[in-house]
Amino acid sequence: MTVWQVIIVASIAVLAIKLLGYLVPERLLQTPTAARTANLTTVALLSALIVVQTVGAGQGLQLDARLPAVVVAAGLFAIRTPFIVIIIAAALVAAGLRALGWAA
Amino acid sequence: MSAASDRREAWRASWAVGLAVSAYGVSFGALAVASGLDVWQACVLSAVMFSGGSQFALIGVLAAGGASAGPAAIAGATLLGLRNGLYAIRVSPIVGPGWAKRLLAGHLTIDESTAVATAQPTLEGQRIGFWATGAIIWIGWNLMTFAGALVGDLLGDVSAYGLDAAAAAAFLGLVWPRLRALQPIAVAVGAAVVAAVAIPALPPGLPVLVAALVAVVVGVPNLLGRPAELPVVHHDEMPAAPDAGESDR
Repeated sequence: MTVWQVIIVASIAVLAIKLLGYLVPERLLQTPTAARTANLTTVALLSALIVVQTVGAGQGLQLDARLPAVVVAAGLFAIRTPFIVIIIAAALVAAGLRALGWAA
Repeated sequence: MSAASDRREAWRASWAVGLAVSAYGVSFGALAVASGLDVWQACVLSAVMFSGGSQFALIGVLAAGGASAGPAAIAGATLLGLRNGLYAIRVSPIVGPGWAKRLLAGHLTIDESTAVATAQPTLEGQRIGFWATGAIIWIGWNLMTFAGALVGDLLGDVSAYGLDAAAAAAFLGLVWPRLRALQPIAVAVGAAVVAAVAIPALPPGLPVLVAALVAVVVGVPNLLGRPAELPVVHHDEMPAAPDAGESDR
């Protein structure tokens, strides 16, 4: 697949799910089990993505400047720092550690 | 509260959430380019897919596995978009009848527009909250994606600027407001462990999908959950706007 094909297919799929929700009779998907599992799926995917993005390196694991940056970000989320500030702080921590040569 | 103050409150919430989320579009644009997309591909994702979690997931898999990881990237983005379908069911009565209106509403059905709409006490406030938040974010998110993609294009080697770590922090920010009960926390920890074990064993993109099974294993039998007779998608169960909620406090 080309990158453009991936982008177009995925975009249409995500948009289609939104539109399908307006066609579904309210009672059908609003069973507690379906709603709960869908919400938990979001949590599971995001959590897995954090791991992949923090310690993944292609098909291997690598501990580098990303891990301390994410730990700092978690601390900032815990004290309710604004989102965009945290993103910048995480980037600065990783960039700083690399500039100092303390982490890859 | 009077009708006028309800309307004012809905507008205020829409702007607060909308502007905060839009600013965050910069990081998506920059990270998309860092993942190997060009400026226009980043912009198409923000304009058409228009769902932050799915967009970040897609570029994350493409960054690790390239275009050959395409099917896994599509599957990951689509699974993350499933919750939007639940939001659509929830806001459908707020939007009301008329196919053209519902088509447009469908495109604007995201975490934040649903959260702001369902937080308003009156139907009129809910309508304002949904449409204003959706429209402000759509415009702002796309403008900032474009700006971020241009900046990212100029930066070159992004790891020197810590953008890879910023992407991880962005996912953390999306999941953080959802971790308010034992069940989601257990799922998050379980999925993280599964992903870490699966990374060396499976091609890029697949570890994330395998980790999603943790949600099914815990969610269907409702392990560690509250009693099932509670209605699940009502107001206080709706996840707060994942990023805006944080900055709105």
